Amino acid sequence: MLTAMLAIGTLAALFGLLLGYSAIRFRVEGDPIVDQIDHLLPQTQCGQCGYAGCRPYAEAIANGEADINQCPPGGEAGIQALAELLGVDPKPLNAEHGEHTEKRVAVIDEKTCIGCTLCIQACPVDAILGAAKQMHTVIESECTGCDLCVPPCPVDCIEMVPVKQTISRWKWPYPEDTGGAIAEPVGEPGNQLI
Amino acid sequence: MQCLMVTLLSQPRRIPGGLRLDANKAQSLQQPLRAAGVPERLYIPLSQHIGDAAEPLVEVGDQVLKGQLIARSPGYISAPVHASSSGEVVAIGDYPVPHPSGMQAACIVIATDGRDQAAADDLRMENVLQADPADIRQRVRDAGIVGLGGAGFPTSVKLNPGPDREVDLLVINAAECEPYISCDEALMCSRPWEILEGIRIMRHALQARQVVIGIEDNMPNAIQCLQHCLDESEETGIRMIPVPTIYPAGGEKQLIYALTGEEVPSQGLPIDLGIVCHNVGTAAAIARALLQGEPLISRVVTVTGEGVRQPANLEVRIGTPVAALIEACGGYTDAVARLLMGGPMMGFSLRSDTIPAIKTTNCILAASYREAPQAPPASPCIRCSDCVDVCPAGLLPQQLYWYAHARDFDRIQDYHLFDCIECGCCAQVCPSHIPLVQYYRFAKTEIWSLESERQFSELARQRHEARLQRLEREKKALEERRAKARKSLKPKAGDADAKQAEIAAALQRVKAKKAEQSVQARNTSELTEQQQADIAAAERRRSPGSGQP
Repeated sequence: MLTAMLAIGTLAALFGLLLGYSAIRFRVEGDPIVDQIDHLLPQTQCGQCGYAGCRPYAEAIANGEADINQCPPGGEAGIQALAELLGVDPKPLNAEHGEHTEKRVAVIDEKTCIGCTLCIQACPVDAILGAAKQMHTVIESECTGCDLCVPPCPVDCIEMVPVKQTISRWKWPYPEDTGGAIAEPVGEPGNQLI
Repeated sequence: MQCLMVTLLSQPRRIPGGLRLDANKAQSLQQPLRAAGVPERLYIPLSQHIGDAAEPLVEVGDQVLKGQLIARSPGYISAPVHASSSGEVVAIGDYPVPHPSGMQAACIVIATDGRDQAAADDLRMENVLQADPADIRQRVRDAGIVGLGGAGFPTSVKLNPGPDREVDLLVINAAECEPYISCDEALMCSRPWEILEGIRIMRHALQARQVVIGIEDNMPNAIQCLQHCLDESEETGIRMIPVPTIYPAGGEKQLIYALTGEEVPSQGLPIDLGIVCHNVGTAAAIARALLQGEPLISRVVTVTGEGVRQPANLEVRIGTPVAALIEACGGYTDAVARLLMGGPMMGFSLRSDTIPAIKTTNCILAASYREAPQAPPASPCIRCSDCVDVCPAGLLPQQLYWYAHARDFDRIQDYHLFDCIECGCCAQVCPSHIPLVQYYRFAKTEIWSLESERQFSELARQRHEARLQRLEREKKALEERRAKARKSLKPKAGDADAKQAEIAAALQRVKAKKAEQSVQARNTSELTEQQQADIAAAERRRSPGSGQP
């Protein structure tokens, strides 16, 4: 009886020491869940969720302050991914925060631009090239379509245009979407051509 | 150096799954292979291959010769494009191209002059079988040769096993398994010598130890022609092994399994086993380029189906509109219902016949309603697993369907979605007529698109963080400058004169700067009275002591 108590007691003490040591030695700074949430967000930094960028929104979700359906650029896919990560039910996008639109990029009308740099200061990813009294231009490949450059422009020369669809970016549609109208092999619903 | 040994089976294996389909090839093989002629206009797309699109080297109005380089390849995984006949470049722009989306892409349009004059030959190689494999690969690249089996992968890349790999077996794919398509068979019956020469060049370029021609056993004529050729040439290193005719025995991985019993690893390549597989048409194209100096400007295309009067195999110039090919085969019949590029299993519908035939076009199928019936609408999946029985890649199409349907792109990859070769066997047997391959294609492009979006987001996040750091840095630098300036400007106690001196010095600096930056007056030679009066008033306002900064 005594040996049993001693044995269990010793084991408990041992494991306790091990756990205590691990808690100190392997401590993780910050909350990794915030990083994981941040990685799922589209990084548009548009502020439509009500927070100052994607990282603050991620932190708010981790704190329980914000809901997962506040990000329009992320769309349904984003909400699904967040729901899976956090183990909650996905819900539809909150319309108060905006709607999910196609990808757009900013284009500066060079005839109207006065070189004031206000848009450069507004761009969260530094995608606008230019300097004071020099022509400004948006680097299309870096633009996330966040719309933040449009309000500051004093001459209203920035327009958001949809990204051009090319054959290399084309995706096969979801089969039920097409109602059989897209080209496909024989034996499946198709359109008459000739 | 990785040295893998591959054993060729004396008795080829039967591939897993697969379907026995009616061949429907006899119609197009009644006549011998003939040339389709040169059309009035050639529409040559800049992207007829896997990889980056070629970049045009010519401009509208240029005269070009047959075989002239008209677009160069910008990267390693790419192929150049040549003019298929002589004439004038009349347009470079977006035109309908063969693609399931029906979208347009950049093409070079040539109005042919009928002379078919050839450009200077800079592709021919002397003593090609003693040449450096790297030189051979460069010539094959310069000739614009891509895989003619259908995928269009740049051949020069596939002739390069890499510095640390050896090729034990070169497989020549002559197993034309899809119904209706007979272009390879026609090529083998009419130009077996060209094929043999091409195989020899490839064997040398790859330094392959063994060579085998995998051919389906339902083409006795082609087997005979090739065998005769091999016997005459006394070529001992090349074997020809007929494999059981079943669709899709001509798939690269399936053919390798049939001939060697080895499985290409999931998402791997045949080179992982020391094997390289090339289409028999590609071999002929290589021989034509390196021995006769002609780049890839034409290929054999099967034009068939109940919708065309005289099905045939034609030697077609790249860029020929499909309408011209139909005409060369006697025109449409009344039975025509659909136009497919490719075969009935893997082909796609064409929206019009102005679309050109390109390097990867193996067949134009003008199908009747009987040959291409409208499938009934899809019913729910009944989990019968007929699809699993016929999958030649050993996958579970049923599971792939459920996860694609549910848009669960993580789980679907657990079932090896990217090993699907989209052969269509599963869709063919499905009793509920579910368009299974459409679901897999949707899932694949969706996954690729999500991946590229993720990469873009990652980049955007890095840029954002870099910007925040930059702003921090600038703020700190500003603070430091301010602190330094404040320190130097601290007034010494009770020294009023020193302070006055400082203020006077500062005012002097401002004046000097203003004088330096003063705007130069222009157009002041002839001034009207009114203008002179305005200038005087402005000067008065601007003069010092008026209180203006």
